[in-house]
Amino acid sequence: MNILYFAWMREHTGCAAEEIDLPDGVSTVADLVPHLASRSDGHATALRNLKTVRIAVNRTYGALDTPICQGDEVAFFPPVTGG
Amino acid sequence: MTELVNSAAADVIIRNADFDAGAEIDKLRRAGVGAIATFSGIVRDNAEAPGLIAMTLEHFPGMTEQEIQNIVDQARGRWPLTAVKVIHRVGRLLPQENIVFVGTASAHRQAAFDSAFFIMDYLKTRAPFWKKEETSSGTQWVEARETDDIALQKWVESR
Repeated sequence: MNILYFAWMREHTGCAAEEIDLPDGVSTVADLVPHLASRSDGHATALRNLKTVRIAVNRTYGALDTPICQGDEVAFFPPVTGG
Repeated sequence: MTELVNSAAADVIIRNADFDAGAEIDKLRRAGVGAIATFSGIVRDNAEAPGLIAMTLEHFPGMTEQEIQNIVDQARGRWPLTAVKVIHRVGRLLPQENIVFVGTASAHRQAAFDSAFFIMDYLKTRAPFWKKEETSSGTQWVEARETDDIALQKWVESR
């Protein structure tokens, strides 16, 4: 599955996108977060405060309890500041 | 990026290139139009960001277009609109440069005004864009404003 990070989250993780296999026992975004946070100190920093993080699964807004499966695209980003 | 004209897909454009608000207004003149309302967002150069050199806008290609298209579709469902155009620039922009254009056309002014307002309020809180300010003292990501979330409430309550 493809994981995307934007804005300051991308700067912390050091990558805009990474390809991973769905870890065993993961069925929601919340289940996935600890696996991503353990990838590097930067990942841990980016994902430290999930209250300020927005989530999109397959380019549709989701939440921590959104179900995910192998092949999904999961994006993490800060609150938006366009316009 | 190729700009499509006179098709539903042309409602929303994300690009680096500038826009000409006057030319965009002319494109909104179609059969049945009696009112056109527009909003142009511009990079501020005032005291809010002292020493602002530039603003860089990042977005989520694919999702950004889809989210704005959803907002435009909702607006078309709420008001009788004859045409809608949203252009949002990305990349590095200088103070006083254009950022965003929203134009709505309808038979009457209320629908044109209200739908442009609605589209901007939703765009501010839903469309995945992020601004990074470049100032004389360094760069920083712009923080989201709570007032933008509060602005959405009026559209829920007035429904």
